[in-house]
Amino acid sequence: MATTFYAQASANRRNSFLLVLVVVGLLATLGFLIGFAWSGQAWGGVGWLGIFGLVAIVMAIGSYLAGDRLVLTVSGAREVTEADRPQLVNVVREIALAAGIPAPRVYLIEDSAPNAFATGRDPRHASIAVTTGLLDKLDREELQGVIGHELSHVRNYDIRYALLVGVLVGTIALLADFFLRATFWGGVGRRSDSKGGGGLQALAFALALVLAILAPIFARLVQLAVSRQREYLADASSIELTRNPYGLERALAKVGADRDVLEAANRATQHLYFANPIKKWEERSRGLFSTHPPIAERINRLRELTGEQPLAAGDTAGLTGLE
Amino acid sequence: MDPAISLLVIVVIVVLVLVVGVLLYNGLVTKRNRVDEAVGQIEVQLKRRHDLVPNLVAAVRDYMGFEQDVLTRVTEARASAVAAGATGAVTRDQIVAENALTGALRSLFAVAENYPALKANENVLALQEQLTTTENQISFARQHYNASVNNYNTTVQTFPSLVIAGPFGFIRREFFDAEPEADAVPAVALR
Repeated sequence: MATTFYAQASANRRNSFLLVLVVVGLLATLGFLIGFAWSGQAWGGVGWLGIFGLVAIVMAIGSYLAGDRLVLTVSGAREVTEADRPQLVNVVREIALAAGIPAPRVYLIEDSAPNAFATGRDPRHASIAVTTGLLDKLDREELQGVIGHELSHVRNYDIRYALLVGVLVGTIALLADFFLRATFWGGVGRRSDSKGGGGLQALAFALALVLAILAPIFARLVQLAVSRQREYLADASSIELTRNPYGLERALAKVGADRDVLEAANRATQHLYFANPIKKWEERSRGLFSTHPPIAERINRLRELTGEQPLAAGDTAGLTGLE
Repeated sequence: MDPAISLLVIVVIVVLVLVVGVLLYNGLVTKRNRVDEAVGQIEVQLKRRHDLVPNLVAAVRDYMGFEQDVLTRVTEARASAVAAGATGAVTRDQIVAENALTGALRSLFAVAENYPALKANENVLALQEQLTTTENQISFARQHYNASVNNYNTTVQTFPSLVIAGPFGFIRREFFDAEPEADAVPAVALR
């Protein structure tokens, strides 16, 4: 594995890009198969892709424009100034300076569970929210690591990235759903537009059916994999800013071992947080179905940067089931 | 081949080359400006520290009356740093003077550990936080400067920007290189 944060960051960017290509390929294949199965023509799917793509985009635009306000309200965050929490606001300013972006607005969530999130479509419209639990339990170095992670999400345009992937996955889901409904309610197969090539069309139809069932699940898995890659990227980018892997590592260990549950978080917002706030849910479904990588793995990657030994089995026990 | 088509092809190629050239030039300008902006950021933070120091000295003087030498060192180091930075340009003298001020401040805070009443004073705590964040911002600003210089230098030195850089006068910039501290270890008087 890589031993500089530059190398780790490059690997993460490359992986997330490849994963997006996989989703695009999946969408194109599904569109092509459905189009061909219904119309017998190679370009038959383009119209359907266009329609559902547009629907998915419209749904996403609302989230893009109003999303950060909504998330902040739902999470019960209130804005704070330097007078309220000087250290927090100062740390945010410091990291923003290192990142070369304007200082984002800072919000506070009253909750003893230590966590944080960042929203914002680009660095000029960014907000960061942290819990009072995080401020109480972390020291300045650790706080810098967490803020660095969150600001890196903003700087790497992860919100937009997630939106792009969301639109692709949404289009796949819409298209597959429409196709399955049309097939089972509208009679089996529609070959009225067929221009010959009946055998091939039947094959395409069968493949389209299989893909329409599997693709949405697979796309969702890829979406989660992308989310995990961007989390690793945010960790590596945080180190690029603070040049201090120990701060972030200690923060991860503290947050991972903490037993408090973040009340304001739910499945809709869990992907935004520094560490997955839904602990019970995560104990049951780990690995592929998680928006965040396991904390033990995140710590081990940071240890690679400093040349330390990875966590021993005994240490990870305290962090298992908590991501 | 038909001469008209040959001409068209040549025109298209020339236009493409010009467009690429313009894009590369703009990229170089943007990166160079970021470097200059980063220099300005460092200066802003250094000046902020200059302004905070008198407040700090005044606040602690009442408690630390016996530590005149430490306080005097801080005040003098600040004056030297202000003088060294007066020209506005980043010079070796300025860097040395600023590092001396950092050392003097560290001595002050090390000595302040001996005065519990001082540490409880709200005013002093607030100032300490201000100075801590300013020190952090100075180092982050310098780090960002180095990152910007790295980005700019790499662009100037690699193909294809390198073709544009030479003729239009884009040259490499120097990294910020911290001079060794003027004072090595803060001296703490043990009682």
